Amino acid sequence: MHVLQNLASTSSRRGFLKAGLASGFVLAFRLPVYAVNEPDQPPDSTEGQFAPNGFIRIDHSGNIALVMPQVEMGQGVYTSFPMILAEELEADFSKVSYVHAPPNEKLYANPFFQIQVTGNSNSIRAFWKPLRVAGASARAMLVQAAAQQWQVEPASCTASKSVVTHAASGRSIGYGELVDAASSVPVPANPQLKDPKDFTLIGKPLKRLDTPIKTDGKAIYGIDAMLPNMKFATLAQCPVFGGKVAHVDDSAAKKVAGVQQVLVLDNFVAVVGDHMWAAKKGLEALVVTWDEGPNAKISSADIWADLRAASKKDGVVAKEAGDIAKGLTEGDRYEGEYEMPFLAHATMEPMNCTVHLTPGACEIWTGTQVIARVQSTAAKVANLPVEKVTVHNHLIGGGFGRRLEPDMVESAVRIAQHVDGPVKVVWTREEDIQHDVYRPVYRDVISATLKDGKIAAWKYKISGSAIMARWAPPVFQNGIDIDAVDSAVDQPYDIPNLSVEYVRAEPPAVPTGFWRGVGPNNNVFAIECFIDELARKAGKDPIDFRRGMLGKNPRLKAALDLVAEKSDWGKPLPARVGRGVSAQPSFASFIATVVEAEVDEEGDVHLRRVNSVVDTGIAVNPDTIMAQIQGGIVFGLSAALWGEVTIANGRVQQSNFNNYRILRMDEVPKIEVHVVKSGEDPGGIGEAGATTSIPALRNAIYAATGVALRRMPIDRKALAVKA
Amino acid sequence: MRKILLVIVVILILAAAAVWHIFIYGPMAFASGSTVALADYHGANPTGVPASLANADLIKRGKYLTRAADCLVCHTKPGGDRFAGGLAIPLPFGALYSTNITSDKETGIGNYSDAEFLNAVQRGIRRDGTRLYPAMPYTSYTYITDADALAIKAYLFSLPAVHQENRVDTLAFPFNQRWSMAFWSFFLSANARFAPNSGQSPEWNRGAYLAEALAHCGECHTPRNLAFALDNRKKFAGALTAGWHAYNITPDKGSGIGAWSDDQVAAYLSQGHAANHGTAAGPMAEAVDEGMSMMPPEDIHALVTYLRSVPAVASSEPATLAPPAPEAPKAGVVADALGKKVFEQACASCHSWSGESAISPFATITGARAINDPAATNVAQIVISGTQRHTPDGVVSMPSFGSTFSDKEIAAVVNYVTARFGSEKSAVTAKEIADLRKQTSY
Amino acid sequence: MTTLTINGESKTFDAPDDMPLLWVLRDILGMTGTKFGCGIAQCGACTVHIDGRPVRSCLLSIGSIGNKAITTIEGIGATPAGAKVQKAWLDLEVIQCGYCQSGQIMSAAALLASNDHPDDADIDAAMSGNICRCGTYVRIREAIKSAAGEA
Ligand code: FES
Ligand code: FES
Repeated sequence: MHVLQNLASTSSRRGFLKAGLASGFVLAFRLPVYAVNEPDQPPDSTEGQFAPNGFIRIDHSGNIALVMPQVEMGQGVYTSFPMILAEELEADFSKVSYVHAPPNEKLYANPFFQIQVTGNSNSIRAFWKPLRVAGASARAMLVQAAAQQWQVEPASCTASKSVVTHAASGRSIGYGELVDAASSVPVPANPQLKDPKDFTLIGKPLKRLDTPIKTDGKAIYGIDAMLPNMKFATLAQCPVFGGKVAHVDDSAAKKVAGVQQVLVLDNFVAVVGDHMWAAKKGLEALVVTWDEGPNAKISSADIWADLRAASKKDGVVAKEAGDIAKGLTEGDRYEGEYEMPFLAHATMEPMNCTVHLTPGACEIWTGTQVIARVQSTAAKVANLPVEKVTVHNHLIGGGFGRRLEPDMVESAVRIAQHVDGPVKVVWTREEDIQHDVYRPVYRDVISATLKDGKIAAWKYKISGSAIMARWAPPVFQNGIDIDAVDSAVDQPYDIPNLSVEYVRAEPPAVPTGFWRGVGPNNNVFAIECFIDELARKAGKDPIDFRRGMLGKNPRLKAALDLVAEKSDWGKPLPARVGRGVSAQPSFASFIATVVEAEVDEEGDVHLRRVNSVVDTGIAVNPDTIMAQIQGGIVFGLSAALWGEVTIANGRVQQSNFNNYRILRMDEVPKIEVHVVKSGEDPGGIGEAGATTSIPALRNAIYAATGVALRRMPIDRKALAVKA
Repeated sequence: MRKILLVIVVILILAAAAVWHIFIYGPMAFASGSTVALADYHGANPTGVPASLANADLIKRGKYLTRAADCLVCHTKPGGDRFAGGLAIPLPFGALYSTNITSDKETGIGNYSDAEFLNAVQRGIRRDGTRLYPAMPYTSYTYITDADALAIKAYLFSLPAVHQENRVDTLAFPFNQRWSMAFWSFFLSANARFAPNSGQSPEWNRGAYLAEALAHCGECHTPRNLAFALDNRKKFAGALTAGWHAYNITPDKGSGIGAWSDDQVAAYLSQGHAANHGTAAGPMAEAVDEGMSMMPPEDIHALVTYLRSVPAVASSEPATLAPPAPEAPKAGVVADALGKKVFEQACASCHSWSGESAISPFATITGARAINDPAATNVAQIVISGTQRHTPDGVVSMPSFGSTFSDKEIAAVVNYVTARFGSEKSAVTAKEIADLRKQTSY
Repeated sequence: MTTLTINGESKTFDAPDDMPLLWVLRDILGMTGTKFGCGIAQCGACTVHIDGRPVRSCLLSIGSIGNKAITTIEGIGATPAGAKVQKAWLDLEVIQCGYCQSGQIMSAAALLASNDHPDDADIDAAMSGNICRCGTYVRIREAIKSAAGEA
């Protein structure tokens, strides 16, 4: 397969002089010897191309460039989107290439959100129809152009592999030759979409287009942006949230070789140098006194005390069915309270942003999930009209929700305001972990009654941050955060009397944001844990118990049945080894997972095996789906085992991978994912694995030890065998 | 109550018993030759600052002496203001907190007169007349000359005053009875200024002053007797202090530093690292970084001369140090799956499977005393707390893993590395790791 | 001036001796394939080979390298083990975001160069210092075995 390495580094694209050694010693050695590298974006003008919509660009040579409205962060969208487009376009898939979309909300807004955003596992769901229509209409126009040329009926022509053929006359013509003629064909309003049974690309486990350049160092992430005469900076924000710089002694820092500037910018200090090493060393040499402000005393204990108090209040009713008051008086009543900690994203690629500010213009190089927001943020800080800000998006070295925020752009532009020429701002890992936008702490309180072995009533109250209220204020209506209640208001079980309440409780000072799995991560955890506890009360097998309440959810029931089979559910296990199950319909994908784990005498947990069955509707690229679920499961297991950001004296106590532990090769179990064949519309897949694995592991521990953990991460002490 | 009184009586009797022992045997008693009052000594002045600073102003000289006496390390809490105190020193019967020694008048020592300052430093008596606990090493500082102590005071008073209340100690009865320290001091602290030994070289005398009066090496490296006083008959033979093992630094060939070259000793003192002998961590790292790293070569050599002169005492550590382990993970010690797991996750990247770091000599563990110590106290400590070294080339650090790994995992990796890289495998338990966590200053 | 041999080419530049190789590669030589992830040898993203052994370049001072041969992700495809690993990585579709994968490939290539048929314990020993936040570990293990199978 021929893949254009269009996101890879290219040399001298801007004709930058390579100041190599050949130029001799006279050239100042401070001059960097690298070439410019930046990702491809579609050219501003589409002249001479067939560009029927925002997504498709065909030139006279027949090269097809597809413009990606959603950004690639590992989820495979730079393969699945081209597959969908090429499927309907009948393009030769081996010859398509893709480019990052520029900021342009008219052309590239996510239909689910009306802004340019990659998140919430909805790239395929949101663009499934628009991309198919875009591909189909372009194909129809090309066919129409050929038919006109041949004076035949368009219906008598076929398109395949970038060629239109009129079988009756044996004539055929390539897309490249049709560029001009097709450009004047009107765009059809309702193009004929292909029948899924005729799909030749969709549903095949095709090789990803973005991976070859990720094996040889050529892929360019935001952190790899390189510009001539670029300087490098790193920063330290006040360790206490909301604090400011009081005083800086930079005498030692300025003596560090390669340090150019020390900037004191209100809430952070930055050091600008010839390279990151100089900047980093310079930063370490600064003696900064912080004005820690009012948050200097905040600790995790206070935050939890506040949240627990808030969760006692009445919430706003987000959903009600049946008669909850009556239902709660019937049968045996049980209570459960579940708590989720703050979590950092810890994307492998630390936060970074490169900025070149010139009078009247600003150019940005970064990898972001919200390119238009990056543009408007930069415009605001630089006090420029939005159109004067150019943003080059890049491959993302891990998003997980962190790059839904533009804070790294804001600080980088503020630094650039004091720097002559382009400056790349890279955060240290410590800064990245201590100044994240954290997955909020949540507390969920459930009261339920059991009658005749089934759940008669279920009163569920969620307390925690309303991320939406900050991130997308118009979406926050009537006191309900649709993210915080996601998967709670639409839980899958047949429960006659149901109520879901939400209490907005913002932690003081700690910024909160979206984290892989978003709202469902919290709610599926609480629901699936409590369901397991109720199953035990009812004296039922956890899978049977769930199956009995999935009458209106045949897809999830089928997934449960299959995972029971694949995981050897019910086969005997040694002492202190257990299997735990979790089922969820979140993100429009139906997933059932079984984790098998062992708990040793000291309470340490050892993972043995994971089986997951996923019905996500039409699987555009089944191999990517498997990979996403595998990876998501690992992501969730790290969080369940160890993930917690704690606060003391207003600051985050974790700082790097030595104290923010991530699952590693030698403790990852075998993970088998089974993708169910389905003709339903595609569901979301990027986050579901992270959501499903946490309760499944917790339930495995419950099965192994009888200890019903109710907060994450796992408390080893609670699991140790008491002496 | 009666029980407690009994405890005090027993302590006092024990102290009295130890008294004679001690009085006859001070920290420099091992040396031949006779001592003379400083004023009567004819050699180069062994006290004060090195020649290069002889003409410096009082504050500069005070700064040198303050660093040599290592005041900062105890009188600053992690992340706190310099000299403002607050470091917790955990003891089996509660915690002591170091005090604010900035010139703040309300919370620091801003109101101390010269005489009051000397009384505190040399005799362990505070301005209000209460007694200091010997965690403040006034039993060593007593040898500091008045002039030097007052130079230290001048330096401290030249720094910004920090208003920070002292924290209240949490010692349990009877240990919270500060008056009892009067007896302790009376019996166990010499209250005598440094007296040069005319039978030893000027270099030796300078080394003795640096080691005994200022750097107070013995406070960590000399074992203590039942009355908590230094047992100078086993001078520098190694002891456990604040959860760290301060190793035998006598010239014993096997368990001490007799096999080290003078250059290696000098390098260790001035850089906290000597080729093939590992890297200082914990309190020794702080003593190097905050103190000895700024000493000129003549002072370092004086220290080496002095160290070389103390009697060799054998201690229980293995005499032979293990050679590098094989490079292949499967060769060498392979037992202990959990220990291997932690090592391959968190340690191998820096320390290599051979123990000879491919990254930095500072990270080479082959040959280090700590790794060859089957008690493995320091290995466990450094895994728990990490270390941050401030070298002339910048910061060299090992991250802490105490909050990441469980007691069981830490015990396993400690036993794995002592087996793989040391001469004898340790047998640390999870319970011991839990206890060790409680002994470190914070 | 310092001269280093990187992927068989001699490169001369001006940088302090204590500067870690990672930043020389990325910021002075513009070889951005080697990644920064933690700066404390805990993630493996910055792995290069020094005389064939995997080393974390984020803590490796250039002053200590001398004339040893440095191989980076940009050059690893020229070694037999590196080429096998790259191919297996694509065959098994290991990669997600890809940011950790330069380091993963370098660690795996070093493993295969020294051990034709690594078993699970060997893979654990060689690969557990490399974090993948996307969680590609299962496929990494399979890909290493597949690359070894082609030996
Ligand atoms: S950046 Fe070097 S190991 Fe993480
Ligand atoms: S592929 Fe994303 S971190 Fe490994």
